[in-house]
Amino acid sequence: MKRITIEPISRIEGHGKITIHLNDEGHVAGAEFHVTQIRGFEKFTEGRPFYEMPGITARICGICPISHLLASSKACDAIMAVRIPPTARKLRELVHCAQIVQSHALSFFYLSAPDFLLGMSSNPARRNVMGVIADYPELARDGIELRKFGLQVVEGLAEERVHNSWIVPGGVAKALAASVRERILSELPAAKAIIERTIPLFKRALDNYKEEIAVFGSFPTMYAGLVDAKGNAQFYEGNLRFRAASGEIVQDQIAAEDYKQWIGEASLRESYLKAPYFVPQGFPAGVYRVGPLGRINAADGCGTPAADAELREFRERFGTVANSAFLYHYARLIEIVYALERIEALLNDPQILDAHVRATAAVNALEGVGMIEAPRGTLIHHYKVNEEGAITWANLIVATGHNNLAIGRSVQQVAEHYVDGAKLNEGMLNHVSAVVRAYDPCLSCSTHADGSLAMRIQLLNAEGALLDEIAN
Amino acid sequence: MAQKKLSIRIDGQLIAAEEGLTILQAAKANGKYIPTLCALDGLTPVGACRVCLVEVSGVDRLFPACTTPIQDGMSVITNSARLARYRRISVELLLIERNHTCAVCVSNGHCELQSMATSLGVNTVEFSYNYPKLGVDTSHPRYVLDHNRCILCTRCVRVCAELEGAHVWDVTSRGIHSRITSELNERWGQATSCTNCGKCVQACPTGALAEKGWAVEEMVKKLGTVTSLAQKRGAHV
Ligand code: SF4
Ligand code: SF4
Ligand code: FES
Repeated sequence: MKRITIEPISRIEGHGKITIHLNDEGHVAGAEFHVTQIRGFEKFTEGRPFYEMPGITARICGICPISHLLASSKACDAIMAVRIPPTARKLRELVHCAQIVQSHALSFFYLSAPDFLLGMSSNPARRNVMGVIADYPELARDGIELRKFGLQVVEGLAEERVHNSWIVPGGVAKALAASVRERILSELPAAKAIIERTIPLFKRALDNYKEEIAVFGSFPTMYAGLVDAKGNAQFYEGNLRFRAASGEIVQDQIAAEDYKQWIGEASLRESYLKAPYFVPQGFPAGVYRVGPLGRINAADGCGTPAADAELREFRERFGTVANSAFLYHYARLIEIVYALERIEALLNDPQILDAHVRATAAVNALEGVGMIEAPRGTLIHHYKVNEEGAITWANLIVATGHNNLAIGRSVQQVAEHYVDGAKLNEGMLNHVSAVVRAYDPCLSCSTHADGSLAMRIQLLNAEGALLDEIAN
Repeated sequence: MAQKKLSIRIDGQLIAAEEGLTILQAAKANGKYIPTLCALDGLTPVGACRVCLVEVSGVDRLFPACTTPIQDGMSVITNSARLARYRRISVELLLIERNHTCAVCVSNGHCELQSMATSLGVNTVEFSYNYPKLGVDTSHPRYVLDHNRCILCTRCVRVCAELEGAHVWDVTSRGIHSRITSELNERWGQATSCTNCGKCVQACPTGALAEKGWAVEEMVKKLGTVTSLAQKRGAHV
């Protein structure tokens, strides 16, 4: 049996590796997605005071630290057994929406646009954000502007772009200043205009990718995402819903504290990234996907007019449940629309400037779970503490973890289609990498490991000897 | 009773200072800055950190300004390349001894060790880190002690003994194994002599002693409350 190893995949945040197993005839026999580094946050936080967890876990990731701050703070709120002030809840959602805008903009414009604007088999030396800037300067500028908008909202609220100490157990540290609110409101129309320009462009380009849509992780799975009581997609609040590919709601309104009843975690050989699965269907049958596509498939709607209109069009084209991982990109754009609408609604909320934004309490419960929708999918922080508030146990389930099984299957599907087994070529390599990137996996997060972005494929024969190797 | 005046030179400047003062006190009284970490106005100096080292003319070894009494005719240098190097090394040794992960510390941005390192230009550390495995005492209902961030300055020991009169804290073991300990090696929460006054927390220069519940960067110490209390009690400040 031959074995092709691709590692690490370029243009994803973090460090990962793919192994493609070939049979003796040179056909794809299977594929695995490995994550080979681990940082052990769960272990070294033992003994720390629980309220330090948001600050510590935020260091897992420089891309979406706010997600960890939020999930961790929610877990701490649960340990304190407080209901945080309503304005704090709204401010947390506000900063979260801004983060989603900036993170999705990064994923779409910087990391994925090179593939579908320049062509997957185009010259790899140009197939990057610089190539996009050269050929599509306006789109590139829009991407930069949109990301900047998101970052500036974060900065306006939290005063620091990356690791802030504004989101704290019990709420947020400081109320929103009226001047910041005005500034964001004045910048909002430009941000909305960008996404209104980008979506039609993407929809047109989509016609060139019929093949990819058909083979990029296009298989039925369940989808999971947070929804509110009405079934609308939520980023910060709500309970978890699982929906089957058939459209049927498999399980609805799972509260954070009940996650373990429904989500199991299997350890994979050769990977530090655990593979969560839906408990009633067992491992590995209980595969589900999270993230932008998971959320819009799981939810009934968004509850905001522009995003709902986009979602309706999306469903007319791809059905109630869209199964191609390629459509993650599309879902990401719809979510940007949704997040911008939420930002506007929250800023116009009469309560948003309220000064009461923090509840304080000591340990009132010995266990707490926080669950949110990070840009890449459902993020769960689960802590246990002793009576003094020292962490005795912690478990983190990150978005890329939920998608682990599906990513492996997607790689296999793409490899079957594009890999002929005889020789490694850049186009094939990039198709395989591109399907992984469609999930926008954040590997530094999922293994709590730090990132490096080089790529290497090895082709190994049945005895494990190296037949071919390419690297960038 | 009027104190006898001694004449000394600090950085060449002739100064008349009361007998019994330390070099640090005489320097301060005359507007001369000497960096310090373990010293705190109003508490007995102990010379633990070695950041206040100065040169005394005619003597080859360096002296901690906070504990060395002035002598008539003494000539003190507070700044030189040699001093700068020794002070930097003192701070580096504090940094490598335990786990000072500023990025996730409650005192990040408000820490005396951190600002001392910055002002002395410690931007790299030339020794390898110890990474000891140290505990956190979370047993006190209001405060927390994190040994990872303790620099053994003993301000907590002194403020509790000298100003609060409770003498909860002490130092146990020796050398690299030295630890701050409460009462008779009880956990802090079990220390019956602790009055929960919080003076040790406010006096602590780092995030080692902190109020419970503050997130990263939120613990701002109220040092002024400690020194003004010491002043009221007649301490020379
Ligand atoms: S709180 Fe007060 S009494 Fe208790 S250890 Fe600290 S200084 Fe001493
Ligand atoms: S706990 Fe703070 S005040 Fe006490 S010795 Fe350590 S660093 Fe100094
Ligand atoms: S201040 Fe003098 S030795 Fe610490």
